[in-house]
Amino acid sequence: MSKSISWRICLISFFALLSFLYLTPTLVTKLPSWWGGLLPKDKISLGLDLQGGTHLVMEVDTQKAVEGTLDLIATDLEDSLNTRNVRYKKVARVGEDLIQLTLYDKGTAESEQQLIKKKYPEYELIPPTDEGGLVIIQLRMDKNTIKDRKDKAVAQSLETIRNRIDQFGVSEPVIQRDGINHIVVQLPGIKDPKRAIELIGKTARLEFKLVDEKITGTSATPGTIPEDEEILVEKRSDSASTSVQDIPIVVKKKAIITGDLLTNAQVKIDSQFNQPYVAIDFNTTGARLFDQVTAANVGKRFAIVLDGNVYSAPVIRERISGGSAQISGSFSEKEAADLAIVLRAGSLPAPVKIVQNVTVGPSIGQDSIAKGLTAGGIGVVLVVVFMAIYYRMAGVVANIGMVLNVLFLMGALAALGATLTLPGIAAIVLLIGMSVDSNVLIFERVKEEIRLGRTPRMSLDVGYDKAFMTIMDSHITTLITAAVLFQFGTGPVKGFAVSLSLGIIINLFTSLVATKVIFDSCLRRFDVKKLSI
Amino acid sequence: MQLIKKTNIDFVGKRKISFVIAALIAITGVIGIVQIARNAANMGIDFSGGTSVQLDFSQPVSIEKARIALAHNNLKEANLQEVKETNKLLIKVGKTTLASGSVADTITAVFKKELPENAFVVESSTEIGPSIGEKLKKDTLVAVGISMLGIIIYIAWRFDLKFGIGATIATLHDVLAMIAVFYVMNKEINLLFITAVLTIAGYSLTDTVVVFDRIRENLRKNLNEPLINVFNGSINEVLPRTVITSLTTFMAAISLLLFGGEVIHDFAFALVIGIVVGTCSSIFIASPIALELESRKSELASK
Repeated sequence: MSKSISWRICLISFFALLSFLYLTPTLVTKLPSWWGGLLPKDKISLGLDLQGGTHLVMEVDTQKAVEGTLDLIATDLEDSLNTRNVRYKKVARVGEDLIQLTLYDKGTAESEQQLIKKKYPEYELIPPTDEGGLVIIQLRMDKNTIKDRKDKAVAQSLETIRNRIDQFGVSEPVIQRDGINHIVVQLPGIKDPKRAIELIGKTARLEFKLVDEKITGTSATPGTIPEDEEILVEKRSDSASTSVQDIPIVVKKKAIITGDLLTNAQVKIDSQFNQPYVAIDFNTTGARLFDQVTAANVGKRFAIVLDGNVYSAPVIRERISGGSAQISGSFSEKEAADLAIVLRAGSLPAPVKIVQNVTVGPSIGQDSIAKGLTAGGIGVVLVVVFMAIYYRMAGVVANIGMVLNVLFLMGALAALGATLTLPGIAAIVLLIGMSVDSNVLIFERVKEEIRLGRTPRMSLDVGYDKAFMTIMDSHITTLITAAVLFQFGTGPVKGFAVSLSLGIIINLFTSLVATKVIFDSCLRRFDVKKLSI
Repeated sequence: MQLIKKTNIDFVGKRKISFVIAALIAITGVIGIVQIARNAANMGIDFSGGTSVQLDFSQPVSIEKARIALAHNNLKEANLQEVKETNKLLIKVGKTTLASGSVADTITAVFKKELPENAFVVESSTEIGPSIGEKLKKDTLVAVGISMLGIIIYIAWRFDLKFGIGATIATLHDVLAMIAVFYVMNKEINLLFITAVLTIAGYSLTDTVVVFDRIRENLRKNLNEPLINVFNGSINEVLPRTVITSLTTFMAAISLLLFGGEVIHDFAFALVIGIVVGTCSSIFIASPIALELESRKSELASK
């Protein structure tokens, strides 16, 4: 018997020590120097509702990624036709999953089919059809490839967003995928959420396009320009006044160089005008292309386009070799820094849309913590006082159990790296009320046994035995709800569920083992004639 | 100390009355659910989609003035709520207001322009797209459904189906009662409320299970005793526990309600209501239903 008591006391002390170890980083402002190695160093992380910050849910427009891939293949096929001097009418993406080649005669169609089959074996080739003397070949992306592409688009977006946030400098961000096409981003304690959101949401597709000098932008309409050209807008702000001017420019649709050929982007300051600009470096392919294009187009204008907006359209004065260029525009230092970040981190494979944005100011967070702790403290005191008055010594034992319960729960939260949210605090407070329930169940049973005239030892053992199944049943039903809340809840609800389910499991231990061992050792040590219950 | 002396109250004998009261509450709750489904209740933007911004002004700001300022800027369908005893203002806007741009930014811009003398800080802002609102609504329904099902299965397995039915109806009643109170008081139905409801479902079941455990125990002991006496006796035997546990949990919840601050005020309120309702339902609804079902079975057997 004494063996079993000391064994149980050891177990409880071990858990208590462990909880203290895990809680130390949270309670102590500065860890002592000898604290290191395997000892835990992480504080309990606070949810956004407690420390302020931004919670974003973004939806990736995955269809756009599929279309982008098809557009790339179309361009590739077009290039291959051009280099081999094959006559064709048009190569373009049609609808959501098709590339269509419009050729002039059956002979070319036959040979092209062979080539395409070899080059893109995973695509479904639809046999040529005749349409008013023209031959049409279609290439279809099958359902699985589309699904795969969409999946990859979300994964790539996640990576890119992670890169951007890392470079932006947010401590402990949470960036994770949620469901098929959602990405959840949590930025705790962020000062300028608006800037961060803009940075994250920017597609950042950088393109260099040739300007069509023959058509002035102001007179151009979508109907009057050639089919392979488009009208884009350059925002030019006057440094003297704050007005922003929209200047339309006609450019070639096809980009000569794109952002994926970049290796680096940095902010530099123009010494002459004291204006920030972004210096970019190309990889070898990019450098060669840039060299060729600038050599061939000296004297012409070159538009630097980001997400469909023209940043600047300088005139190419001379051939630029060496693989570096600069993007200047009228932007502030912050804007230039953000532009450099998005260029370095790469473009998103598909546009993202923010579908949920919850921002909590730091002040309300502080306020919530203070109030939550006050409310918790008052709740604990009320329950402790009540139990001590109602059950006297047994009530004190139940209170010790409850304190252990809270200690273990906090320790477990810290150990698991769970996040403490305001509903989480509420769950803990609620658990305090419920944790004494197990003891109440036991004590009432014990009282019944005493009334039947049994000895203290017998009454306690029988009381614990009889209450056991009831306690199990009631805990398991609550655990079922907590598990479901955890599975389907988001944000604060999940935090609530974590605290609740951990608390229930811990409560089983403290009420059935911890309080019992206190009673057992008291009964052994003292000659108890009458239980104080 | 003994708060409650040995009692001998005829709880289940008054089941006709408790059934009528429960039915009235449940009907109100069902009306509330229908209104929620039609989005006619005070839905939180978690479910309906939209924008909510809480501003803390340096000086008191009248709701009228704020409404006019918003109406000037095409935001006249905004829903304004004052936070008591503070200069805080909660502004809620549904999903289909502005063609483009962030509604939260528009709102702060409006107040900066229209009330320049009254500075404010943005305490929190929430924007939820309609697609995610729908998703949350669906997920929540699934969550409630699954947890109910899990509990029925567990209780039916531990006891038998009659008790399972009694426990389920009682729990359902508690859920409906909470919805009824929130609907009648026009309080906001949001994710936190649903969390509170599910928590109470678990809590109320705990209560019911404790009573059922005792009934089952006594049913085995006293085979010849009339059913109604066994049921009443069992409820009376666990009454001290029921009252004490409800009291301690109630104390914790009420301190959350009084001192927890505005953010969890409604959440704590739902818990307080739920604890009261959940305690009553295990005595006045779950056990009487189990009794009705049980006695019908024995009547059939004796015929």
